[in-house]
Amino acid sequence: MNLAYRDVRHNLFRFVLTCLGLGLLMSVVLAMIGIYNGLVADALNLVKAPQADLWVVESGTKGPFAEASRIPEDTREAVERLHGVSEAGNITYQTVEAPFAGKTLRLYVIGYERDRPGGPGDVVEGRKIVQSHFELVADRDTGLIPGDTIRLGRNRFKVVGLVEDTMNSGGDPVVFVTLADAQTLQSQLAPPAARVQAARGASAEIAKTVAAVVARLDANADIDAVARTVRQWKHLSAMTQADQEQLLIKSVVDRARRQIGLFLGILLTVSAVVIALIIYTMTMEKLKQIATLKLIGAPDRTIVGLIVQQAIALGMVGWAFGLVLITLTKDGFPRRVLLEPYNAAVLAGIILVVCIAASGLGVRAALKVDPATAIGG
Amino acid sequence: MSGQTRDAIVEIRGLSKHYGEGHTRVDALRDLDLTVRAGEVVALLGPSGSGKTTLLNIIGCIVEPTVGNIRLDGEEVYDNRWLRGDLRRLRLDKIGFIFQFHNLLPFLNARDNVAVVLRLAGKSGPEAQRRATELLDYLEVGSRKDSMPALLSGGEAQRVAIARALANSPRIILADEPTAALDSKRAGIVMDLLRKLAAEHDACIIAVTHDEKIYDRFDRLFHLRDGRLDGAEGDQK
Repeated sequence: MNLAYRDVRHNLFRFVLTCLGLGLLMSVVLAMIGIYNGLVADALNLVKAPQADLWVVESGTKGPFAEASRIPEDTREAVERLHGVSEAGNITYQTVEAPFAGKTLRLYVIGYERDRPGGPGDVVEGRKIVQSHFELVADRDTGLIPGDTIRLGRNRFKVVGLVEDTMNSGGDPVVFVTLADAQTLQSQLAPPAARVQAARGASAEIAKTVAAVVARLDANADIDAVARTVRQWKHLSAMTQADQEQLLIKSVVDRARRQIGLFLGILLTVSAVVIALIIYTMTMEKLKQIATLKLIGAPDRTIVGLIVQQAIALGMVGWAFGLVLITLTKDGFPRRVLLEPYNAAVLAGIILVVCIAASGLGVRAALKVDPATAIGG
Repeated sequence: MSGQTRDAIVEIRGLSKHYGEGHTRVDALRDLDLTVRAGEVVALLGPSGSGKTTLLNIIGCIVEPTVGNIRLDGEEVYDNRWLRGDLRRLRLDKIGFIFQFHNLLPFLNARDNVAVVLRLAGKSGPEAQRRATELLDYLEVGSRKDSMPALLSGGEAQRVAIARALANSPRIILADEPTAALDSKRAGIVMDLLRKLAAEHDACIIAVTHDEKIYDRFDRLFHLRDGRLDGAEGDQK
């Protein structure tokens, strides 16, 4: 005869309501974990997208994500000629705001060379860019669909394909355009002073620079050796893919990551306090029954079992509610909420520990109950 | 009843209980002797604060006396042999409790309220259910065995509580105001039932009561005043 189960069944409505409340709290915890993961994943996806082994950037910078980087466009040809490099591609990054369907879309524009590293990965709908100009591949989160046209700078671009889960660390969805278009977009978006410079003949410098060169190496190439060779050019620096990923996590998203991590810690602490209070209150309401159980000869383990089992049931059902809720709603969040089964399992483990620890207050109160209180007087 | 010839189930000698020390000391019970035999139904009477409940708690192995000897069904209870766990076991095996407001567990139906005691005593689930059903039938509340306590009348709930008290066939039944929540007719029925049970189960029943209407249902009445029993063994009815 499981007393915890019977008590829960007897007060099922109240138990479910309590679990729902706890489930909402759990969903916020899971959302924070998902946002945290999404932030890191988005940042890394952007770096991983070109499937590069080496990033060649401006010397003295940690570009192109942590710092601005600008190198001559023809650097790519020099890099491509290095021993061990199988292919290389120029790449540019910039953020633009573009009007579309009565709204303003904030987009992260990546310019790349067709048939070279740096372009979109898997196009899930439509096709890749095949024209030299005015075509783009957009992330699905932009709300664009193949066939749409959107004005970027002075030109209209036709959406020809869609990719998924491609955003920058700020959550802005990515659009891919050709390198030439991206360079034009950069010059067109420059402030009037820059255009004046361009009118004086300086436009070539603006148009013919890129943010980085991404290179893929032969299978047997020594990445560090190639990087060292690149660094011998005084105006260039080179980072391996691992360096770039590490830099993003340590530098670009670090503050946001720590902020969310801290908030997550606070949420878990609040959850622990709430669970402890709920269990303590539930126990205090049952003191007379606990005294009666003790009086009729129930051992301490029966009393402890009653409280701990209910605490665990509360936590686990709350966790399940939270998981269902966040699974159903995560796609509605403005930023990507990325929940791995591993995260949910770890949270379940944490909640289990929190419930057992939180039930300590209730257990302590229950064990202190004098069985004589059942008799009264 | 030929009480003097039957086994002494509760034997108390020189029992005292005080709380606190020095000027805060309160003597709840003083040098008390009491013997209750099998089949007897006795009442503890007295004004509030006279020590009735303290005495009931001591016999119920809930409160330890300051000095004195107690034997329950032949077992020496307070001689430093018994540990807390043993007292719990002693309560489970030898003592049944009946409360003023039945104290049934609200989340168990009538049958499970009785069966829970049997399960705690180590009986299997089916055996506990069978015995609980038998007891409820015996107490004429078998038809309500699946009802939750909130749906039982006062008399029915008290019968279920009595069935629970009898579940492990205890030799001692302690009752705290067992008829306080009942009207006089039902109070009489419950007391007659308790007398019958004491006789049939060879058990003794010690009840705290203020209900004068049922005094005639007891074999002996013990009057407590300021922690002392009036007369060495209480007043014979």
